[in-house]
Amino acid sequence: MSIQAPRAPSSWQFRTPKQTLLRWLGWFWLVALTVFCWQVMNENTIWAFVSDAPDQAADIGDRMFPPAWGYINNLWEPLWDTINIATLGTLLGILIAVPVAFLAATNTTPSTRFVRPLALLIIVASRSINSLIWALLLVAIIGPGLLAGIVAIGLRSIGFIAKLLYEAIEEIDDKQVEAVRATGASGAQVIDYAVVPQILPAFWGISVFRWDINIRESTILGLVGAGGLGIQLNASLSTLAWNQVAMIFIVILGTVVISEWVSAKVREAVL
Amino acid sequence: MAEEPVAQSYPTRWKRPPVLLTHPLWRKIILFGGLVYLVLALQTVEVDWQRVYLGLERGWRFVQGFLVPDFTSRWNDIYAGLMESLTMTVTSTVAGILISVPIGIGAARNLAPAPVYLACRGIITVSRSFQEVIIAILLVAMFGFGPFAGFLTLAFATIGFLSKLLAEEIEDCDRSQIEAIRATGASWWQVVNYAVQPQVMPRLVGLSLYRLDINFRESAVIGIVGAGGIGATLNTAIDRYEYDSAGAVLIIIIAIVLVVEYSSSYIRRWVQ
Repeated sequence: MSIQAPRAPSSWQFRTPKQTLLRWLGWFWLVALTVFCWQVMNENTIWAFVSDAPDQAADIGDRMFPPAWGYINNLWEPLWDTINIATLGTLLGILIAVPVAFLAATNTTPSTRFVRPLALLIIVASRSINSLIWALLLVAIIGPGLLAGIVAIGLRSIGFIAKLLYEAIEEIDDKQVEAVRATGASGAQVIDYAVVPQILPAFWGISVFRWDINIRESTILGLVGAGGLGIQLNASLSTLAWNQVAMIFIVILGTVVISEWVSAKVREAVL
Repeated sequence: MAEEPVAQSYPTRWKRPPVLLTHPLWRKIILFGGLVYLVLALQTVEVDWQRVYLGLERGWRFVQGFLVPDFTSRWNDIYAGLMESLTMTVTSTVAGILISVPIGIGAARNLAPAPVYLACRGIITVSRSFQEVIIAILLVAMFGFGPFAGFLTLAFATIGFLSKLLAEEIEDCDRSQIEAIRATGASWWQVVNYAVQPQVMPRLVGLSLYRLDINFRESAVIGIVGAGGIGATLNTAIDRYEYDSAGAVLIIIIAIVLVVEYSSSYIRRWVQ
């Protein structure tokens, strides 16, 4: 008796025909959605302006060069303000974010049913709204100036710091907590001696990382009146002084590069 | 004569050693410097308490507007802004992905020759060093007001983000798989297609969805400088002191961010 060899297909295929069909349908929908969005988005686009753009770009580039080097003397004070907005805003954010993080972490929260959702809501609301929008609101509420910028940066930082910090708290080593608790420590002492030393490096890393982001964001907060370099930028833009704008861009770029370097060094030392 | 063993005296108090900055001198210098900076910085903040006091009443009205938002009276503006933001988000993410895939491959050291690598890394650095809002200011000046400038801004920002992370992912690829495919005599394209692409695809999908989320959030901001979208609606509402409409816009933004975040984390779990 001979054994019938199973018939192998003549060519190998990665996916079954059904999978292939589903994939094609998925891609088709994606393309169709994109084309539809493109049509809706460009309903009111004036294409004459778009085709004119290279000329505009050349014109602006021409006016930007050479940058107004002397203008830098007007920029030292706004730069100092910008750094202060970022630093004080980060401090404000940390002050509020630390308790929120402890309330949001499952292993330190007093109640998972009531307090934790509230803390998570604070985190989500703070994270969803950009600091420029916070600044827009705060300038309308407490008036233009540094204070609005600091509070805006602080409010935006709460969500970021609290989210990363509560994730760090949830990942701590439970044995150390148990060991400290076994000595008869109270709740506050457990947090002080078992939780805090474990999250301290993460805390500094997160704070410096956020400070770096805040320096970037505070350079433009002045566009809506919240102090710092953005105010000068707004003034130069509205008078079409493009060479001053170029100088401001250079200062912003320099500040961002330095703050990124500082933050990278500190994180390297801490982590 | 045997000496009496002396009991070692233990300190009665224990002081916890510092976790960071263990050097005592540096600790003092850094603490002192921090204090001096804090005093100097706080002095520059001029607070007009009277204005703040007046503002508290406005702040309270804003809280009320947030709790009792008014979706109806400005619904047409809100709807138009929302449509612009959503369409801008989709098109700019798709365009950004299409451009950033080749740049990401070019910026991976294990796939690209040195000149291509340097050029692609240069593009990424330029795109990452400026914020969306600053790019939007320039592009609005060139392309005129409206969502088209916003689309370009977000697509440009997507390139820096996505290509950098994609390049890092390609560099972290399993080398043995690349070598195995290369050993079959595959060309460069075939190596990319059969060895690299299957390894990075889940991560690329995840990153794209994450960027979609970021692009929506940013689309709410660049409207403030004239690049279309719901930010313009929000700006107008606040300028008119219509806090209940502004509250409605903010609630819509938070809700959409939440929906996008949850659905994208769901899809990412399903893909990976």
